[in-house]
Order: sequence, then structure tokens, then C-alpha cells
Amino acid sequence: MAYTLRPMNSPARQAFIDTIPVLTGYLALGFGFGIMLQAAGFPVWLAPVMSITMYAGAMQYVAVGLLSSGASLLTVGLTTFLVNARHLFYGISLLDKFKSTGKRTPYLIFALTDETYSLLCRDNPAIPAEKKKTYYFCICLFDHCYWISGCTLGAVTGSLVSFNSQGIDFVLTALFITIFIEQWQSSRNHSPAITGAAVTGASLALFGKENFMIPAMLVILLTLCLHKGKEDSHG
Amino acid sequence: MVNAHTFYAIAVMAIITALLRFLPFLIFKGKASTPPLVEKLGRLLPSAVIAMLVVYCMKDIDFTASASYLPALLASVLVGVLHTWKRNILLSVITGTVAYMLLVQFVF
Repeated sequence: MAYTLRPMNSPARQAFIDTIPVLTGYLALGFGFGIMLQAAGFPVWLAPVMSITMYAGAMQYVAVGLLSSGASLLTVGLTTFLVNARHLFYGISLLDKFKSTGKRTPYLIFALTDETYSLLCRDNPAIPAEKKKTYYFCICLFDHCYWISGCTLGAVTGSLVSFNSQGIDFVLTALFITIFIEQWQSSRNHSPAITGAAVTGASLALFGKENFMIPAMLVILLTLCLHKGKEDSHG
Repeated sequence: MVNAHTFYAIAVMAIITALLRFLPFLIFKGKASTPPLVEKLGRLLPSAVIAMLVVYCMKDIDFTASASYLPALLASVLVGVLHTWKRNILLSVITGTVAYMLLVQFVF
């Protein structure tokens, strides 16, 4: 095109602009993870190793507890499954988008965290169709880099500065509460959220904190399968 | 602190996380439409799981000891109010965590 009305951003540049909220979020949350990992007595290099290979925000926080308590591999596997099971359903809404992304698709799927998923769902209408795959790839890669940087910076800081980090694990609780509120406000049908909280609470009271997650997950799945009535979860 | 178990556990967590992300693409690759039940779960499950995880985070709280549940309760209410008001995830998370740390370290 000889003339454009306004300067067109490159897909990479636009991806950077659109990921700025994730940049601040991942640096801060990653930093918290790095501090926690250090406080539990693990070496600094474990932070980049975990953030590159696992690349899962909430699960990495949970992982610190699992690793330091020496939990069995079966417990580790089941916990990962439960905490990350929601990812099973992210892919379903992106099947169409990822049909034309070519050889980069495996990385796009690997890097599908909650935040990256929400950016890819939102998309950017200013990006022309032929540049979409570069745009998607840059979003995934940038978010991953922010996360690795945040985690590593946190671990390095934790190893240099010593302070009382008791209570830092509340960062995970706070994160889930904010996501819970976001979802509650964006949906008209609150029964899944109520089901999730009530079933898990009852299971915790009934089976105790060592064994409550698997029964809770099964009952939640079953209840949602039988769920009828208003189907609009996200208004 | 780091031993063979650490590496096995990280490998297990990395593989299962990746598997969960890849599975829908492997299962529904060539299909024109996803089954209605799967599609329904895709809509309903995320908010149920987040509610489950909120309860999961509370599992270590002793509800018979005020020094255990009060800091968590106060900080959770703070996060809830702040987030409903400002709707800024980062602000809510950082404020709530700092408040909780101050409460457990200096107050209770």
C-alpha cells in the first residue's frame, strides 16, 4: 500500500503493547514465586528451570509446597491435574484460531496460560489476517519471557536480601480471590461458582485436608455435567 | 534441598501441564464441532474450579484458633473489597499479601 491513514504497527510491536498488563502482572507474580522458592531453601537456578518447563503461575506456587514436603509423584501428578484441569477447556475455544498458525502451533499451545489465553481470545482486530500468526506467536513468547524474568529476579533478590517472608504464600489465595471476583462479575449464572465452593468446602470438612481434592473434583464434574437451566456462563 | 525427587516431580508437573494444554487439540483436531457436553463443561468449569482453588488455599487454616483464621479472613476481605472497588488484579494481590504478611508477623 502506498498510502495509509495512520502508521500501522508491526505485529510484534502491537503484541508488545497488548501484553503490557501481563508484563507488570507476571513480573510481580513471578517475583513472588522466586521469593517463595528461595525462602523454601531451593537454589536460584530452579526458578528459570521451573518457569521455562512448567510455565504455570498458580501451579508453580503450589509446587513449592509439594517439592519442599517431598510429596509422592502420584500426589504431585494428581495435584497438577486438578490445579491445571481448566486448561483442558481453553483449547476448545481456540481450535479455530490455531488452524492457520502452522509450525508454531505447538509452542502456542504449550504457552497457553490463563493470561495468554485471555489475550488470544480477545485478539486484536487491527492485525490483518496474514499477520495473525506472528502476532499470536509474539504474545505467547513475550508473556513467557516476562514470567521467566519475574521468577528469576525474585529468586535472585531472595538470595541477596534476607527478610522475613512468612505469609508470602497468601499471594496465591489473593490471586484466586481476584480471579473469582472477575468471573463472578462477568457471568450471570453463579451456580458453577457456588457449586465449586460448596462441594470443595463440604469435601474438606468430610475427608480432611489430605484427601479432599479428588472427591471434590469428581462431584464438581458430575454436578456440572447434570447442570441444566441458564447456560450462559459468560455474559 | 535439590535431589532426584525434585527433578522427577518437576518433570511430572511439566508433562501433565503440557498434556492438559495439548489434549483438546489432539482430540478435536479434525472434528467440525465439539460435543455439546464438552462445550458446556468448557463454559461452566472455569468458575467452579476457581471457587474450588479458593477453598483449597484455605485448607491449612485452623478455624478453632483465631490467630490462624483472623489474618486470612481480614486479608481476604481486604482483597475482596479492594478488587470490587478498583478492579486491579495487581493492586489487590500485592496489598492483600502485604497486609497478610504484616498480620501474621506482627499482629497475631
